Amino acid sequence: MANKVKPRVKVPSSASAGEAITIKTLISHQMESGQRKDSDGNVIPRSIINRFTAEFNGQTVIDVVLAPAISTNPYFEFEAVVPESGDFTFTWYDDTGDVYTETKSVEVS
Amino acid sequence: MTFTRRKLMALGASAAAAALLPIRAFAAVEEVGAIADFTGGAAVGEGGITIDAPEIAENGNTVPISVSAPGAVEVRLYADGNPLPGVATFRFGPLSASQTASTRIRLAGSQNVVAVAKMADGSFMQASVPVKVTIGGCGG
Repeated sequence: MANKVKPRVKVPSSASAGEAITIKTLISHQMESGQRKDSDGNVIPRSIINRFTAEFNGQTVIDVVLAPAISTNPYFEFEAVVPESGDFTFTWYDDTGDVYTETKSVEVS
Repeated sequence: MTFTRRKLMALGASAAAAALLPIRAFAAVEEVGAIADFTGGAAVGEGGITIDAPEIAENGNTVPISVSAPGAVEVRLYADGNPLPGVATFRFGPLSASQTASTRIRLAGSQNVVAVAKMADGSFMQASVPVKVTIGGCGG
């Protein structure tokens, strides 16, 4: 399923300095909890995204540790302040070792 | 030293395990852990945190939860009725506008959702809300 992982991020393209902006992120991922069993009764091994970070120009906005109790297609909504124009970098860390990143630019007027 | 077949097999197995170990160590990921691990036994106050959750969740597979803890540096969410109670840890950085985050979580059944926040001064606060779940969300 890892090949289907696709991050989606919603960030306003412009903001005024110091304004709180709402960021919404979603990544398609099955978040296999490691609790489920297949039809033969074997436990399906855990495979989740275990960490998500959002940074703006290298400074942390939020750093989330995820447990299997986070739903399929992990969704996060939070608020950030942007002191100057720059780029948001969103990073998701998969149990498989894969890292998915997405960047969004914000213009501060 | 002569190798018997058994010795060779054992050697092979341990070599394989040793080869796997560094990868596992590298992949060691932080878990949310238990509430006691987080607070270190410190007293936990009540209030100061708002959890926004539906009173009744029809589908336990995806329950929208929003937590707000003004002045917190770290917030952990727990679902005490889940097989693994830890849900998520939120750490707020210098550029977070508010100590607020929303996500969607799985709940195995009707239970309390607990949020524990570590405040900037090192104290701990907690809040909990009961959520009724019609269809549990942990499979099995």
